[in-house]
Amino acid sequence: MTVTTIDTAPAAIPTGVARGRGGGGPAPTRIVVAYGFWIFILSDIVMFSALFAAYAVLSGNTAGGPSGRELFNLRNVFIETLCLLFSSYTCGLGMLSAERRQAGHFLIFAALTFGLGAAFLLIEISEFAGMVSRGAGPSRSAFLSSFFSLVGTHGAHVTAGLVWLVYMVGQVLAKGLRAAVLRRLACFSLFWHALDIVWIGVMTLVYLMGAP
Amino acid sequence: MLGRLSWAAIPFDEPLPLISMAVVMLAILGVLTIVTVKGWLPYLWREWITSVDHKRIGVMYMLLGLVMLLRGFSDAIMMRTQQAIAVGGAQGYLPPDHYDQIFSAHGTIMIFFVAMPLVIGLMNFVVPLQLGVRDVAFPVLNSVSFWLTASGALLINASLVIGNFARTGWMGYPPLSELAFSPDVGVDYYLWSLQISGIGTLLSGVNFVTTILKLRAPGMTYFRMPVFCWTALASSLLIVAAFPILTATLMMLLLDRYVGMHFFTNDAGGNQMMYVNLFWAWGHPEVYILILPAFGVFSEVVATFSGKALFSYRSMVLATLGICVLSFTVWLHHFFTMGAGADVNAFFGIMSSIIAVPTGVKVFNWLFTMFRGRIVYRTPMLFAIGFLVTFVIGGMTGVLLAVPPVDFVLHNSAFLVAHFHNVIIGGVVFGAFAGYNYWFPKVFGFTLDERWGKAGFWCWLVGFYLAFMPLYVLGLHGMTRRLQHISDPSWQPWLLVAEAGAIVIMCGIFCQVAQLYVSIRTRELRRDLTGDPWNGRTLEWATTSPPPAYNFAVLPQVETIDAFWEMKRRGLTPTQPIYETLEIPRGSPLGVVTAFFASVTGFALIWHIWWMAILGLLGAAVALLVFGWSDDRERELTAAEVAQLERARRGLRQPA
Repeated sequence: MTVTTIDTAPAAIPTGVARGRGGGGPAPTRIVVAYGFWIFILSDIVMFSALFAAYAVLSGNTAGGPSGRELFNLRNVFIETLCLLFSSYTCGLGMLSAERRQAGHFLIFAALTFGLGAAFLLIEISEFAGMVSRGAGPSRSAFLSSFFSLVGTHGAHVTAGLVWLVYMVGQVLAKGLRAAVLRRLACFSLFWHALDIVWIGVMTLVYLMGAP
Repeated sequence: MLGRLSWAAIPFDEPLPLISMAVVMLAILGVLTIVTVKGWLPYLWREWITSVDHKRIGVMYMLLGLVMLLRGFSDAIMMRTQQAIAVGGAQGYLPPDHYDQIFSAHGTIMIFFVAMPLVIGLMNFVVPLQLGVRDVAFPVLNSVSFWLTASGALLINASLVIGNFARTGWMGYPPLSELAFSPDVGVDYYLWSLQISGIGTLLSGVNFVTTILKLRAPGMTYFRMPVFCWTALASSLLIVAAFPILTATLMMLLLDRYVGMHFFTNDAGGNQMMYVNLFWAWGHPEVYILILPAFGVFSEVVATFSGKALFSYRSMVLATLGICVLSFTVWLHHFFTMGAGADVNAFFGIMSSIIAVPTGVKVFNWLFTMFRGRIVYRTPMLFAIGFLVTFVIGGMTGVLLAVPPVDFVLHNSAFLVAHFHNVIIGGVVFGAFAGYNYWFPKVFGFTLDERWGKAGFWCWLVGFYLAFMPLYVLGLHGMTRRLQHISDPSWQPWLLVAEAGAIVIMCGIFCQVAQLYVSIRTRELRRDLTGDPWNGRTLEWATTSPPPAYNFAVLPQVETIDAFWEMKRRGLTPTQPIYETLEIPRGSPLGVVTAFFASVTGFALIWHIWWMAILGLLGAAVALLVFGWSDDRERELTAAEVAQLERARRGLRQPA
């Protein structure tokens, strides 16, 4: 048998390869990074689904303590939802200006996104604090354990998102909107939108179905 | 200041763990001294510890798995010995508390720190080479994954001498694992080591899904991928879909234990059955996360050593993906006896039987591949044939257990223990050994010794049957699992046979250590200068052994399945390739630094040393932020440098 190495293969991309079957060779970094981050977000959503399942199982187990009917305030939830959804909108606008290399616009939209996200978080924290002060803390009943864990995990994600946003603004200011920074911004925006998807689930399953 | 940690945590009254730990410590100190004295530390740091090369990371994963196999096996032989002698009036040498820690540690270590590292190690080394590309999608993340896994292994070993390990079995079922019934640090060791290594595994899954779906050589369509890549893809998809469930479940148990929540407690509305469901919603896919890549190894080995293309490639791929989907529909068969009712049990019983169908398809594919092939009985092929016979037996006892009424009799019996060891040893472990023997020459550039390898195989095969067939019998006689003391003396003969089997397996492990030693000593005689020692079929054999850092100077063009076989068949003659400038990832200490802080945080949380936990978390966060700021993650290799490296490489290479 003759010596063969891969270097001897024909130079042209085979013609018989149809589009969509993945014969085009390695994808560019921009695609790979965003795709990988999407897969990570999917795994995050699976983690939330386990928390949702736990909430669905335990939501009736109030152990003589308060139920959602007595604790939830839909007006607050409405404001929270508006804050989060609008923050996604401003985040989207920020991404569009980043792609057009308009750093000034990006910074304005980033500030708006941060403000709305922080407002969401403040309302959530005050809701939690109010519940704890009324003796309805996470160790009161299985229902409240699952409530605080599910909603709190979402809140922790929002917090992480805010930190990440500040960090990305720092990168934009220091380095400008170069390719590597844009890739990271794309990941941030995927993350921020995914938090909306989870929140829609929280709002529906926890608050709308549990409120008076 | 130090939370719950005090001198009382060191088990001075138990000589066994202290002595073994002292030996391990001395060995580690000895290795460190040699490394420092010989001045190897900079080399190790630069070329291994901070390496982000998928081949190096794969080797380190395999090493971790093999070392932990020794630990898990010593647990096993201690348990077998205890059961063989603690019969009737005799109490054996292991007190119940210690015995319970050993069986918990054995299961946890074998699944998370032996089987997973072996499987992920093989995936790391092989997948990018088979796909004909230069690295995985996220090389630095890959290093983080490995070091987090190592961090979990470190914590679990620390429990041997500082404090104790869980007595809850490897599943950690509440309410036993709740604070009320397990107040000390054992369960916390279990939980934090699994959380930390679990994050590593999840990131590996994300990395490999992205690599396989987005980074393949030009022309390699999905249906031209080697079967091992398909199984690695299925396994990685399962990791992404299943490991977050484990993370969430263990987090709930942690919240119960640390902040007094009530997910699984007996009071305030907690629900233990939810833990069991969530645990196995991860746990059953986990079984397939382990076995699917082993199926992939056997597909490569059987095709190569039969000198034929794999029989019905497409049905093999479809069976793999079928198992991938079905694996999420069978979890309840782990607890038929919990009382879900006849209808639910019937559904899961039927689904569990159905999942045997694609597995059966695979068995026939391997048999038909061998049919009329020119079979070469090298060590990997012996493991493949041993697997076929053993796994079919394990599969059949599995289908038996999938029948709910039968399961009511055999649940948690020694029959079950025999069944899952039958599929895990016969499947995953044999698969890992087949892959280890098969790809070793590619990794290090020389083949492993066949005589010791074959002796090791026969010891493992015979030892397995001796050790576990008696457990089937004992299970049918009513022996339950995890017994520290045997009250029925009529079981003792079977337990003595099982003990003999464990000793034969120990001989097998000895042979494998000897195989490695002898092969390294005689490596000059067994160099693989062709890059293709087995007359292989897939692209990893197209490059040199060992491959250069960039794997392929010019990415291969793929036109068929078994791309390399086709290239050889056409007898393509060498031409002068045109080299281009390559970008290869720089090494990064992020992985080892993050894992260091993760270990500190885990240890601090286990012992309630809150200030240290906060420092550890801050350290990890700062490491991530610093890395996230960097842009210069690749270094260039100019075309001239590549050409020079390739000429040097060619010089070593001889015709096949």
